[in-house]
Amino acid sequence: MDLKEIQDLIRFVSKSGVTEVEIEKEGFKIVIKAEKPTAEYHAIMQQQPMMMQAQPAQIAAPAAPAPAAEPVAADGGIGIKSPMIGTFYRSGGPDKDAFVKVGDRVAKGQVVCIIEAMKLFNEIESEVSGTITKVMVENASPVEYDQPLFLVDPS
Amino acid sequence: MFKKILIANRGEIALRVIRTCREMGIKTVAVYSTADRESLHVRFADEAVCIGPPKSIDSYLNIPNILAAAEITNADAIHPGYGFLSENAKFSEICREYGIKFIGPPPEAINAMGDKATAKETMKKAGVPVVPGSDGLLQSLDEAKKVAGEIGYPVIVKATAGGGGRGMRVIWKEEDLEANIDSAKRESGAAFGNDGMYMEKFIEEPRHIEIQIVGDQYGKACHLSERDCSIQRRHQKLIEESPSPFMTDELRERMGEAAVRGAMAVNYEGAGTIEFLVDKNRNFYFMEMNTRIQVEHPVTEEVIDYDLIKEQIKVAAGIPISGKNYIPKMHAIECRINAEDVFNDFRPSPGIITTLHVPGGHGVRIDTHIYSGYTIPPYYDSLIAKVIATAQTREEAIATMERALSEFVVEGIKTTIPFHIKMLKDENFRAGNFNTQYLNNWSMED
Repeated sequence: MDLKEIQDLIRFVSKSGVTEVEIEKEGFKIVIKAEKPTAEYHAIMQQQPMMMQAQPAQIAAPAAPAPAAEPVAADGGIGIKSPMIGTFYRSGGPDKDAFVKVGDRVAKGQVVCIIEAMKLFNEIESEVSGTITKVMVENASPVEYDQPLFLVDPS
Repeated sequence: MFKKILIANRGEIALRVIRTCREMGIKTVAVYSTADRESLHVRFADEAVCIGPPKSIDSYLNIPNILAAAEITNADAIHPGYGFLSENAKFSEICREYGIKFIGPPPEAINAMGDKATAKETMKKAGVPVVPGSDGLLQSLDEAKKVAGEIGYPVIVKATAGGGGRGMRVIWKEEDLEANIDSAKRESGAAFGNDGMYMEKFIEEPRHIEIQIVGDQYGKACHLSERDCSIQRRHQKLIEESPSPFMTDELRERMGEAAVRGAMAVNYEGAGTIEFLVDKNRNFYFMEMNTRIQVEHPVTEEVIDYDLIKEQIKVAAGIPISGKNYIPKMHAIECRINAEDVFNDFRPSPGIITTLHVPGGHGVRIDTHIYSGYTIPPYYDSLIAKVIATAQTREEAIATMERALSEFVVEGIKTTIPFHIKMLKDENFRAGNFNTQYLNNWSMED
């Protein structure tokens, strides 16, 4: 992972609202933790000398306040990204079940959530088939274009 | 006063609006396409919402996405900047319907001035001098011949939906009329989806002198004097200044008074600019009105000592203007720096800015969104910075600009700085002897 990828990851984590992310691959491990919603993020890197040009350093990135969410390990699945801007809803109504939850299998074209904008409710369909591994956004929170909504394991 | 303003724009103007909002204690929302994730306006705003993929039509021109962004951030006003949706009457109307204040004129005023043929009629009725020409759109070749005969060659045919210099042809004699009209119609149909044409007398060697006006919600309007924007290449302004070296107190009074009359005739609200052509005898003719803040607004700000963006916001919030006119107290020149290669026909030069050092010092203002390491995306216009030099006299302003440009270092891309350095040394420019045709016979290689 190069410095830019790490910075992107920190930004991604801070936006998604998780409190801890741990990635381990190819003799490289990175842990990004948020202690409290308004705390700084510290990236702790342990790496093999040949992987990176820079010296190992503790990187503190200024954090945007992050709403508390269940800590989940990122597994790097495919993201279902928001095609529009609005408010994200997991179900068709306050008394209805969520369209999908972690562990569900989804098929391409299946409705996974609703995004509401200007009083219009839009059903969002998955572009991929697979298993939902993570819900990236809290119910009833605002989402922007391209924002990851779900992570899907396509296998 | 507004609590939160969404800026429906990008680049240097988005930053400009954000800065004034900050000073006024108003929260800001930036919107951006995926290509602008690293842009400065996104960093400087209090909140930012990604509104689409790189292409303007899918992002900065996407009305539903922009309104959705305003909704989820609870913005109570939208500043459209310049270009994009700033002169889109439908957008102004939709904002009004949704209860979000559009910082600019109401749709009726935009429509009255947006269509060039209608604007001319409106101005004529208000007693503003207009260029002699056809009565609205040309309906036939025969009508074109008749009108041209009446007003006298040379004539110019222009696309009513046109802008940026496209869909226009100058015609010197009757034999060339048909071919040129056909060619202009084809260009206009392709660029604007509308091939309606009107005809005007072609004013030879005109100066482009525009008057800044401000109107409030209560029917008052005032003017903030002129900007001379005659240095243009293919109808794109490159250098602007105030006061105009060609202006006299008497001409300014007549033009200012006409501009205010024009603004009041359409119940104009906000900051706007009325563009005039001025011939060598100091006759002035209405050309068009820009119902938005303009790129070159800093020139007026520096000579009048006025924050025009703040004025736009105050007017939109319902604060009345004093109605007082303003005359320049200093002399200011603006050079538009584009990411273009001046030695290769001004070809666009997007890419990464590897080194940047901006000028400073007394009398120098830089409005820019670029930074060292920034990648200029290829999807949008090539303006990367505006350098504004202000001094007590025109000669000193030129000297300040020359000094500032000599300090300006931009590496990694090509810029138009060499053009400006050369033009500032030009004896005709220094003498104030130029018009909109001047660059037609001017070359970087001379």
